[in-house]
Amino acid sequence: MTEIKTLADLKKKQEEVKSRIDLRNKAENPEARVQVKVAMATCGIAAGAKKVMEYFVEELEKRNIDAIVTQTGCMGYCFAEPTVEVILPGKEAMVFGYVDNVRADEIIERYIKHGELVDGIIPQNYDTIEQEER
Amino acid sequence: MSQYKMHILVCGGTGCRSSQSGLISELFQDELLRKGLKNEVQVIRTGCFGFCEKGPIVKILPDNTFYTQVKPEDTAEIIDEHIIKGRKVTRLLYLDPDTQEYVSDSKHMGFYKKQLRVALRNCGLIDPENIDEAIARDAYQALGKVLSEYTPEQTIDIIKRSGLRGRGGAGFPTGLKWEITSKNPANQKYVVCNADEGDPGAFMDRSILEGDPHSVLEAMAICGYCIGASKGLIYVRAEYPLAVKRLKVAIDQAHQYGLLGEHIFGTDFSFDINLRYGAGAFVCGEETALIHSMEGKRGEPTNKPPFPAQSGYLGKPTNVNNVETFANVPVIILKGAEWFSSIGTEKSKGTKVFALAGKINNVGLIEVPMGTTLREIIFEIGGGIKNGKKFKAVQTGGPSGGCLTEKHLDTPIDYESLTAAGSMMGSGGMIVLDEDDCMVSVAKYYLGFIVEESCGKCAPCRIGNKRLYEILERMTQGKADPEDLDKLRNLCNVIGDTALCGLGQTSPNPVLSTLNNFIEEYEEHVFEKKCRSGQCHDLLYYVIDEEECTGCGACKRVCPVNAISGEKKQPHLIDQKICIKCGSCMEKCQFDAINLKNEYKPTTVSV
Repeated sequence: MTEIKTLADLKKKQEEVKSRIDLRNKAENPEARVQVKVAMATCGIAAGAKKVMEYFVEELEKRNIDAIVTQTGCMGYCFAEPTVEVILPGKEAMVFGYVDNVRADEIIERYIKHGELVDGIIPQNYDTIEQEER
Repeated sequence: MSQYKMHILVCGGTGCRSSQSGLISELFQDELLRKGLKNEVQVIRTGCFGFCEKGPIVKILPDNTFYTQVKPEDTAEIIDEHIIKGRKVTRLLYLDPDTQEYVSDSKHMGFYKKQLRVALRNCGLIDPENIDEAIARDAYQALGKVLSEYTPEQTIDIIKRSGLRGRGGAGFPTGLKWEITSKNPANQKYVVCNADEGDPGAFMDRSILEGDPHSVLEAMAICGYCIGASKGLIYVRAEYPLAVKRLKVAIDQAHQYGLLGEHIFGTDFSFDINLRYGAGAFVCGEETALIHSMEGKRGEPTNKPPFPAQSGYLGKPTNVNNVETFANVPVIILKGAEWFSSIGTEKSKGTKVFALAGKINNVGLIEVPMGTTLREIIFEIGGGIKNGKKFKAVQTGGPSGGCLTEKHLDTPIDYESLTAAGSMMGSGGMIVLDEDDCMVSVAKYYLGFIVEESCGKCAPCRIGNKRLYEILERMTQGKADPEDLDKLRNLCNVIGDTALCGLGQTSPNPVLSTLNNFIEEYEEHVFEKKCRSGQCHDLLYYVIDEEECTGCGACKRVCPVNAISGEKKQPHLIDQKICIKCGSCMEKCQFDAINLKNEYKPTTVSV
């Protein structure tokens, strides 16, 4: 373990370790951030959802977008796997189907960054407990 | 991908640990290993979440789901359902008692809505045994800032302007204390952290030490820099093994990083912290007694002056602050005096941690801005009185405090208002009493505690409190004379005026405040020999219900003192003057006709 000799050292150390609890800092107020939920049930994983999720995690961080990426269960749209639900702050949830890395890039660039709609939106047809709470 | 996608926070505070939270976190680890999710989900044992009533608490991130009363057998289901399939385990969510709806996010719970966590900022969020997590949450930034940017005088000025006052009870301005100690020249000075939390039902300091030990270590170093001390001592009670363990780990880790020890942050400032263990005597929370105990002498207080700031540990200038006071310091440095003083009331700034206990739905640890009313704390955060009973009083300030009643419910809480209402802030214990509690017995309980804990050095406290206790005992036994009421009040005043230390001077407070607020209950005990809440066993009477009694005579035959009379097939009567309250008649009666009541009709006595 290296010793911390200056305030700059401490700040550097903080940057290093910050990612460890990033998730916890963000979770304080999930509604204020972009939430990306990747459906990771058997069907989703078989269709490549795991890769897509990792792509989202890495790319969002790379492109400096403050977002929470979580995995969820089967959303029920097995015909369109991998499916990804994106909730922009203060907006209705959007579900995108047939998401691969190329489409994920499109979702990040166009929908998450600029709020433009992209192809492949599946109309959402159910409510969740959290939505009722809000 | 090394970064964890999900975090499982398991409460590792003493309360939750005693309900198997240690096992729960191990089971989570095992299950994750079995399911091959070890590198994707991290399990963290944190400090106290505060909602002890519903413990053990498990929080799942990033979706901020708050599971309550988790049992070891629930872990597999949480992993299978929530972690893998993304479906919340509804039955473990918090059920809102008002709306009867499940709440998954803690910030929508009544318990957390009104809270503002400053001293508890990291409790329940970081792993207290990992300094990296503390550093990620700004630990030691304030120390670095102070050492590289401010002079000791400037730092003291920030603390003074923030309006921070001692959280241990008396509310002495912290900045002023530091200034006085800093101005006393000496070749060695000491910073002492008072972690001798002794009030019955109080666990604020323990939770801070267990949940965020670095905040206290950092603040002690800042204080050392300000007053010119290179040594710090934490006086912690040996009954807090978990706090002791985590403090040791924290001190070790801070040393490894060079955040404690020689030449901190490359400056000339050196600071080291050691632990001193107390045996759990209440009086050792008094600063002079605490210092004597650390020196290896008897834990007895001495007259002030000299104050510890002049002559404390080993005769050197010593600054003693309480755990919660220290925990506030780093935030004040980082966010500024103005930020801190914008919270709270005119004379009491910032927030206060309270330990809610007693007959309240949400037992736990809370932190609210000064000026919050008792009603908000008890009915909104605390969720009201258990089992729908009626609120009677709340005891604050421990054995030195007093009882506040319904008429005080809307008083904003700060140091002054509590004192004006006849209680005190104390360290922050809050014990809620309902209609089933007898106020004379409550006063007797606290007096019993004082009698046990009095160090015996001065006569008013040693003998006076014993006499007070005896008078109260007579009252609860129905043996009190009418003049006992006046005796009680006089003796209270004498003890308050003449006792040596703070403990003795405030020891009659529980009696005085109940006398002032519940005089009618005292009078009932003395004149009518009646206890309205039925807590005083000696003031309960065996009474035969005339409607139910069949006149079988079973009770009459079993009564050892022949107190029961009555003709065959006629309702029987118990003579209360003869009855010795052995209970044999009630046991024998097959018709449930004999009951314990707190009063009896005088007509049924004379036969």
